[in-house]
Order: sequence, then C-alpha cells, then structure tokens
Amino acid sequence: MSTKPKDQTDIAAGLFFMTLGGFFGWQALQMEIGTSLRMGPGYFPMVLSGLLFILGAVILFKAFGRADDEPFGRIAWRGILFILPAPIFFGLTVRGLGFVPALFITTLIASQASVRMRPLPALILAIIVTIMSTLIFSYGLGLPFRRFGPWLPV
Amino acid sequence: MDLLSNLALGFSVASSLANLAFCLIGVLLGTLIGVLPGIGATATIAMLLPITFQLEPVSSLIMLAGIYYGAQYGGSTTAILINMPGESSSAVTAIDGYQMAKRGRAGTALATAALGSFFAGSVATFLVAIFAPPLTTIALKFGAAEYFSLMVMGLVMSVALAHGSVLKALAMVVLGLLLGMVGTDVYTGAPRFTMGMNQFADGLNFVAVAVGVFGIAEILRNLEDEHDRQVMTKNITRLFPNREEFRQMVGPVLRGTGIGSVLGILPGGGAILASFASYTVEKKLSKNPGEFGKGALAGVAGPESANNAGAQTSFIPLLTLGIPANPVMALMIGAMIIQGIVPGPNVVTEQPALFWGIIASMWIGNLMLVVLNLPLIGLWVKLLTVPYYVLFPIIMAMCSIGVYSVNSNPYDLFAVAFFGLLGYVLSKLRCEPAPLLLGFVLGPLLEENLRRAMILSKGDPTTFLTRPISATLLLLSLAILVLVFLPQIRKRREEVFTESDA
Repeated sequence: MSTKPKDQTDIAAGLFFMTLGGFFGWQALQMEIGTSLRMGPGYFPMVLSGLLFILGAVILFKAFGRADDEPFGRIAWRGILFILPAPIFFGLTVRGLGFVPALFITTLIASQASVRMRPLPALILAIIVTIMSTLIFSYGLGLPFRRFGPWLPV
Repeated sequence: MDLLSNLALGFSVASSLANLAFCLIGVLLGTLIGVLPGIGATATIAMLLPITFQLEPVSSLIMLAGIYYGAQYGGSTTAILINMPGESSSAVTAIDGYQMAKRGRAGTALATAALGSFFAGSVATFLVAIFAPPLTTIALKFGAAEYFSLMVMGLVMSVALAHGSVLKALAMVVLGLLLGMVGTDVYTGAPRFTMGMNQFADGLNFVAVAVGVFGIAEILRNLEDEHDRQVMTKNITRLFPNREEFRQMVGPVLRGTGIGSVLGILPGGGAILASFASYTVEKKLSKNPGEFGKGALAGVAGPESANNAGAQTSFIPLLTLGIPANPVMALMIGAMIIQGIVPGPNVVTEQPALFWGIIASMWIGNLMLVVLNLPLIGLWVKLLTVPYYVLFPIIMAMCSIGVYSVNSNPYDLFAVAFFGLLGYVLSKLRCEPAPLLLGFVLGPLLEENLRRAMILSKGDPTTFLTRPISATLLLLSLAILVLVFLPQIRKRREEVFTESDA
C-alpha cells in the first residue's frame, strides 16, 4: 500500500470508461467515417468513443491525490452467481422446455441468490409464482407462449 | 372553449370502462411494486412495462401513467415508513417523513403526502392541458438543428442533476449514446457494434437495457447486505390530519406545487430538483427551521407536492417535443415507439384522442391514488414486512417474462443479464444510471438530427449557432456545464445531494 491518497473507485471507473471508449472506437474504425457533410455510419460513434476515452482519462487523472470518500463496499457475489443466470436460463429454455417448466426453474435459480432462502420455501415459492404467472400471462393476457415445449416427452 | 371540448374528449376516452380499469390496475400495480424498498419509480416502470404492450396504445399509456403515479406514491410510503427511498426524488421526503413516523405521526405523514400529491397533481394536469398544445405549435417549427441542440441541453441537464461526480455523469451519457448506436445505421444500413449477431440488428432492446440497469442492478445492490428492516407500523392509527395540521399544510403544498410545475418542465430530471428546492424554500420560510429534520410537516407536504407536480409537468416536453425529461419519460417514449406512435408535436393533431386521453387519465390516476390508497395503507404496510428474499425471485420471474414478451427474442434476456451486470458494476463505481438511460434513448435521435442538420446546411457546422433558437439552447447548455464546474456551485451542489442522501 502506498501512502499517497488515491480514490480507488475513481481509478477503476476511469479505467473502465477508457476501456469501453477504446473498445467502441476500435469497433468504429471498421465502419466508414465519411465527411462532416455526409457522415458515414462510423462518424458519430467515433466522436463519442473519443469523448468517452478522454472523460475516462480525466476521471483517472483526478483520482490521484484524493482519498476515497466512500469504501467500495461488499460485492454481491452470490447475487451475481444466481440472479444473472436466471434470465439467461429462461431465454435458453423457454422455447424448448416451454413457458411453465422454464419459469419454474428460473424462479428456483433466482431464489438461491439469498442466503436466507431455505430449499422448501424456495420450492413452494417457485410453484406459486409459476402457477400465478401461467394464469395471468398465458391464460389471462393470452401471450403466445407454448406452455410445454417440444423438449418434453409429453 | 377549445380546451373544454378537448378535455371532454380526453375524459370520454379515459373514462371508458376498460381504460378506467387499466388505470386502476396500473395505479395498484405501481404502488405494489413501488412500495418495495429500494425500488424506485423507474425500476418499477421498467419491470411492469412489458405487461402493457399487449394493450391498445391509449390503454397501454394510460396504464403506464397509472403505474408511474402509483410507483411514486409507493416510493414515498417506503421513504416515510422505513427511511429507504427508492429514488432520489423521495429521498427528501424520507428526511422528515421518517422522523414523523418515529414520533408516532406516520399516519399523518402518509396522508399529508397523499393529499399534497393529489392537489399538486390536479393543478399540474391542468397546466399540461393548457400549455402543451401551444407548445406543440412552436415545436412544429423546430428543424433538425433545433432538435439536436434541445437534446444536447436535455442531456446536459441530466448530468447537472445527477448525483455525485459531474465527470462520471458525462461519461455515462456518452456511454448511453454509444449503446444507442448499436444496430443498423439508418442511412446506410451498415451494422454497427452488433458483434456479428443478427439478433441485435434492430438495436438493443430498450426494455432489456432499462430492466437490467435499473431493476437487476438494484436487486444485486440489495443483496449485498441482507439485514432486517424496521418498519414503523405500530402507530398508524390516525390518518387524517386535524384542522391545525391542515392549516400547516396549505402553504407548503401551494408553494411546492408552483416550484414543481415550473421545474418539472425542464429537461433532465426536474422532479428531483423540485422536491429538494421545495424543501429548501420551506426551511427558509419556516418560523422554526430547527424543526426540519426532526419531523416537520412542511418538510413532507412541500417536497411531496413539488415532486408530484414535477412528475406531471415533465409530460409536457414528452408530449410536445417527443423528448424525455427524465428516465421515466424515456421509458414512456420507449413504450410509445413500441406501440407505433412517434412521439413529438404531431401526436396532438394526429391522435387527439390519445393525447387528451392521457392528460385526462393523469387526473383520474391521481384521484384513484387518494381514494384507494388511504384506505389501503394497511395493506401496503403489510407488504413492507414481506421479507426481501421472497420478493426478488418473484421480481426476477416477472422481469424474465416481461422482457421476453416484447419480441419473443431470447437474446433480449441475455442482454438483461449483461446490462444487469453492467449496471451493478457502474453503481459500484458510483455512477448514476439515469444519464445512461437518457443517452441511450436519445442517441439515435441525436445522431439522426445531427446528420440531417449537416446535410441541410451543406456541411456547415455553424448552422447550430446561426439559427437563433438552436444557438440559445446550446448557449444555455454551455452555461449549465460551466456552472456545475464552478467551484462554488459545485460545493453547493454536493451539499444539496448529501443533504438529500442523509
């Protein structure tokens, strides 16, 4: 640890924005830039990427010589691990498994994000959510989902 | 008498049985989700947005507006009872509202918030009805250059009003603009930033971005630290304020309504500024300012009225110019576009039933809130005691269904997860999501108008400065930027936001 004060959060933020600016700029390079009269598809994105990169650099630069006023805090690893895969799973399986089983498992996955959720209540919750949603969205609002998909041997 | 016949048209649309029902459902659902701790109006609307898509355009927008008012009201309930404001606009209410609740005056605080909001909402609705039509005639004169400059001003305002570092907010706007570029270029048909995936050729799904950045990121934040909440439910015995309290309310409510109505029109999130400005004014005018922060009735009545008035008048730029004043209005624009309505000055003339129907439903929605929610307060309070670990799996299920129902595109669900993570990382880096969403919505519009203006002026960039309206707007934006960077203002601004955070 160095003794000089620096704002860790802002260093991270600055680097993050610089990376994103660089990435978008690199992608925009492959597009036609055009002239300011007839702007190509890459013109405006290129300007924005440059701007984002510069802003990131300024944020980074200003982070030195100033103490972090707010700690970074805890990271919700468990949340990330279970919450984020839930919609992905739903997207992957809603066509194959169908609406009902996909939603049931999605809810079950999401419920695991909390340390306080016990297996049995999670199961009950997932069942209730699935039944209610099927009634509301599939029967009530008539959304065109297949309730049970072709992957199931039904 | 044009106004009256227009309003009559609006009420005939809004008071059809179906639309009344949708407004009611919207208000109830909005309150239901909005009351959940840590979920503000924007997140609520983002989550509930998809269920309105199956409806007709008028009904769907009426329901969305209902959700908006409900969510705001729910947010202030949470702020008062458990000191956990879902959004910065109700953060001000939490200061004195929670103190009132602690002193056993929770019922009075809730009723004051509801009544103040209703009054402000009624007045502001009327203002929208009066001012929106003439403004559209001005808006019709706007060319590409004016639109470009106006959007620049809107984005700059959103930066100025965001919490925390101005630089970070600017970077968030730019990032939002870049994300808005994803998809097919309108002029040449060239794919941009799609990573070779055809599924993103139509651009990133707006609902997916909003649900991810606002909804999922918020859930992750709440999961960081699972602790018990203390709900101030014991003392909700007397709801209606007595005569003395009514007398104390009148001034703050009137002033709050005025402040909110004016500031709400400003692009970039005036409602947040409005509630704070009202709080400051009340504190300055009060005979005993020491009461503020310890449960002053005026500290609830003023900001709540200002907040609601601002929420209402922020529809003016949306309905007249098609430009969102805040993230919620950005969601509204997204909903309109999905419904096939191009937001802007033409809505009034081409779809008068829609335009006036929405305005009439604003008032009806506000009325429903007061009539329903005061008796239902007990129910909402019960909801606050439902543990969070039961709520968020339900929210996740709703989000998944909702996002998928927009286009039946599984890639939208992958985008939700991605933007949830991005939103969480950005919030960890203390970057506000509101400017990003505004940038995302305005990005394509901004670029289109920029390119059109340049073609019209034959490549001469001074067109933005030689046209008077455009030049004025750009100068104003520059002035705002300079102001927020001035050391003195910056310090004051930081104080403002720290106080509203407290």
